[in-house]
Amino acid sequence: MEPTSLAFRERATRALADPVLSTALARLETGWQAARARAAADLPEFEALRDAAVAIRDHALAHLDFYLEAFERRFTERGGVVHWARDAAEARAIVLELCRAARARTVTKSKSMVAEEIGLNAFLEAHGLRVIETDLGEYIVQLAGEVPSHLVGPAVHMTRERIAELFAKAHGGPPKQDSAALVAEARRVLRQRYLEADVGITGANFLIAETGSIVTVTNEGNAELTQGLPKLHIAITGIEKVVPTVEDAFVLLRLLARSATGQEFSAYTTFLTGPKRPDERDGPEAMHLVLLDNGRTRMLGGPMRAMLRCIRCGACMNHCPVYLAAGGHAYGWVYPGPMGSVLTPHFVGIEKSWPLPNASTFCGRCEEVCPVRIPLPGLMRLWREEAHRRGLAPPAARFGLALWAFFARRPPLYRFATRIAVALLGAFGRRRGRFARLPFARGWTESRDFPAPEGSTFTAQWRARRGTGR
Amino acid sequence: MSEARRAIFAAIRERLARVDEAAADAAVRERLARPRAVLVPARARLEGEARIALFCAKAQAVGTEIVRIPDLAALRDAVSTSLRRHNLPSALVRAADPLLDAAALETEPLLEVRCDVPRETDAVGLTVALAGIAETGTVLLASAPERPTLLAFLPETSLVVLPTVRIAGSYEEAWATLRGLAGWPPRSVNLITGPSRTGDIPPAIELGAHGPKRLIVFLLDRPS
Ligand code: SF4
Repeated sequence: MEPTSLAFRERATRALADPVLSTALARLETGWQAARARAAADLPEFEALRDAAVAIRDHALAHLDFYLEAFERRFTERGGVVHWARDAAEARAIVLELCRAARARTVTKSKSMVAEEIGLNAFLEAHGLRVIETDLGEYIVQLAGEVPSHLVGPAVHMTRERIAELFAKAHGGPPKQDSAALVAEARRVLRQRYLEADVGITGANFLIAETGSIVTVTNEGNAELTQGLPKLHIAITGIEKVVPTVEDAFVLLRLLARSATGQEFSAYTTFLTGPKRPDERDGPEAMHLVLLDNGRTRMLGGPMRAMLRCIRCGACMNHCPVYLAAGGHAYGWVYPGPMGSVLTPHFVGIEKSWPLPNASTFCGRCEEVCPVRIPLPGLMRLWREEAHRRGLAPPAARFGLALWAFFARRPPLYRFATRIAVALLGAFGRRRGRFARLPFARGWTESRDFPAPEGSTFTAQWRARRGTGR
Repeated sequence: MSEARRAIFAAIRERLARVDEAAADAAVRERLARPRAVLVPARARLEGEARIALFCAKAQAVGTEIVRIPDLAALRDAVSTSLRRHNLPSALVRAADPLLDAAALETEPLLEVRCDVPRETDAVGLTVALAGIAETGTVLLASAPERPTLLAFLPETSLVVLPTVRIAGSYEEAWATLRGLAGWPPRSVNLITGPSRTGDIPPAIELGAHGPKRLIVFLLDRPS
């Protein structure tokens, strides 16, 4: 997918003028954001689990080569085949080759961000394969000819009416009105596709070195039908997904759904270890796994390594005022929100994506909620500095002010952003008594000082306001 | 060994730039040789009836139906009653699990029972869980020649028998019970927490997106 991240500002501004999108994005705030807070509060060990998760991911990354070797050994012993891909082109070619060898015509897919990253669907289709997404959200964006706008809810930007139109066009019949009828229709149509498919492609949320297993997590049960019905199962994921043991995976799994949707556990968590065994009566005859680097090894040295801890829960975007205003498509590539602002420059180059790390209100909510405590604002700052060094970005203040302007046009977000500003003023002020530099308005504060306002910190006010159900 | 594999491992080692390879190797070996629970929430440490009650509460909270039965002889009636309550056909496809063999479902005249891999036309699948997990009301299924995985995914209604003695507090405890199995780990281990659901079409969460619309767990107090 060709990145369009340079047009972030224009696309974000257009998004703000789109009432349908605003309504859709507001649902994330009242839905997943609130649900995560409840789920975290319901589990006294939540913060300790986050610390444990950081330790597990850091340990695994510091010994990545050892764990990948151990994983590969076990996976192979169980009859699976591992393929290594340095970049997107290699990964695509491997998948196509496997499909061809199986004389495949139809491929079902369960949601995989890595498949999005390498542009797998378009490539396979260009080579004559029929590719059907089975995650309902992915299926909807596929019908619309769009790309996912959120890690966990690919179609969060769409209304039911739009989905009904898409279904009516694709499946025939008049548009259905209620969501139950639409889900039933998708179920019926996609059932046929599962049964016709020659190959099932899934992602993998984790790889377990100890057992050579891959782990998939869904709420719909589509990964199990995708991988369990066709003769050939191909999984594709990044090399950073390996963890030492199943016990380690459970720590991350306790955090994943809670952070993503506020569920205590997703409906389906599946550990797969090899293809169908001799006496078994179901399961795929062959299981292949494509492990993708695509620049991940470059992130291992230095501070960007922390980004490889990411478990793709989406919490950072659910809590990001910029994402909630701009929507996922404004980010212009595969990964949206704060995690996308850190990852996209890696994958497509900072020269094609410098507006993303600049699209920040410095509120720090993403880091606060990230289950593996990735210092997202700090990593975005590194990219801003890099962009500045290369003379790509205009001065940060100018962009920050433009951003400010678009928040100001939206009262709820303006209130939110104002609270951020108060927090910043308060925090900076306490340290120095006066404000020397306000990130949003550097040009302005360069010539005068702001008195530091009284009042509680942003986080405290935020909590208080949430608590009173504002 | 592929060129890509060589290049990726070389890049990893270069970036990590570890100074003490022997220590790293030892740390990895130790960790893999002795897997242990990292951090188990206190709520998973309940025992006896309290643990069973937590399992039920958590399972029901995500839409799982719980039917508690005293012994295997009661399964036939319990299954028939559940199917009637949901206006489902009195026909099911089941696992060849010895526990279900012993339940003699086939002797129920009004119930049509097939022991097989499910087909698209099967409305109801019945299988046996190897464990339950109280902390989130989860059932653990494991594939085996006698227990096809699809039984719990293809039919619209999924019936699962879970002996109460198999309810563990935590995921780790449940996983530990698998370790003794021949061919461990099983090809497919499914942790199932409620029926299939989706939030992709607003405004509500809908059940039965791809997997079962209905999940009924029969808690069995005395398996024999
Ligand atoms: S960066 Fe953190 S919060 Fe964002 S998706 Fe990754 S793990 Fe989740």
